[in-house]
Amino acid sequence: MIEQIPYLAVILIAGIGIATILLKKNLIKMIMGLAIIEGAANLFLVTLGYREGGIAPIFTSAPGKEMVLPTVQAMTLTNIVIGFATTALLLAFAIMIYRKYGSVETNNIRRLRE
Amino acid sequence: MRRNLSIIITILMVGMLGVIVTGLTFGDPGEHPMDRYFIENSQIESGANNVVAAVLFDYRGFDTLGEAAVLFTAALGVSLVLRKRRDD
Amino acid sequence: MQMSSIVKTTADVLFPFILIYGFYIIIHGHLTPGGGFQGGAILASGVLLLLLAYKYAESTNVVRQVVMKSLESTGLLLFIIAALSAMMLGAGFFFNWLSPGGILFGDIVAYGSGTANLNTGGLIPIMNIAVGIEVVGAISVILLALLSGIKEKI
Repeated sequence: MIEQIPYLAVILIAGIGIATILLKKNLIKMIMGLAIIEGAANLFLVTLGYREGGIAPIFTSAPGKEMVLPTVQAMTLTNIVIGFATTALLLAFAIMIYRKYGSVETNNIRRLRE
Repeated sequence: MRRNLSIIITILMVGMLGVIVTGLTFGDPGEHPMDRYFIENSQIESGANNVVAAVLFDYRGFDTLGEAAVLFTAALGVSLVLRKRRDD
Repeated sequence: MQMSSIVKTTADVLFPFILIYGFYIIIHGHLTPGGGFQGGAILASGVLLLLLAYKYAESTNVVRQVVMKSLESTGLLLFIIAALSAMMLGAGFFFNWLSPGGILFGDIVAYGSGTANLNTGGLIPIMNIAVGIEVVGAISVILLALLSGIKEKI
């Protein structure tokens, strides 16, 4: 169990993010929950590719022979950029909702109430 | 009512993640032929010392093209949504 | 919102160094950790420093939205042209035709740990520069749009 701590951290962070999205009523806090889930996904990808005693996959004056898997790191970079784009777009929508309704609480916005 | 449903959904999703994760061991990803091929051949085929850059721009170039297109579209959408209006 | 002159002077002094560091990260993308996306984000953080230190109306005289939009479009076009240039020679899309023995960035690299040689990598440094230009343009456009709603008096 003690060697599984990074995976437990992934579960914890993802749970915090899902609970934030489902339980909070503020749009900004919901976007923050989405960003937390992105962080959990990045940590999960990097953790999947780690090899015991491996070095970063760069050959410029490399100190060792064993290397960490490179493909998951490339996918992590893709995930970071796409997460940035998604967060920026959602924040722009939140600003537009605030301009129209005067609030970002979903209880006060008539159309978004169930 | 809705709050209880949210808590149940959270617990279910976390449990599913836990079931997936328990089969994995940290520090030993096993044998991956694709990654071994990238590490052994990226210097000879693409000439880059950084294997991640070789994967990103050479082997999986379409991925990076889509990524750049997503970033471009997001900037376009943000500047379209928050453009200056005449009336306010 | 008016920042003090300490903040403004610090931003003025730090801005060129942030630019140099970002260009270093972009150009050495195929040799050291980093690349186009990371270096572009560093350059955009320098732009954000200027935007936060000065008033919005003052700083848009230096950081123009038209320039940033054209930088973004130029970067994406350069990336696609660099990818299409392999098709003119009869190879596939995204083929790295400059890499072994081209005129530019064409030195041959042996397998294994070695020293850093900037003249390697083929199309990868060109694509790094293109992506860096695109990322600094895109992030600056997003920051300008998000900061445009700030009130002058708080």
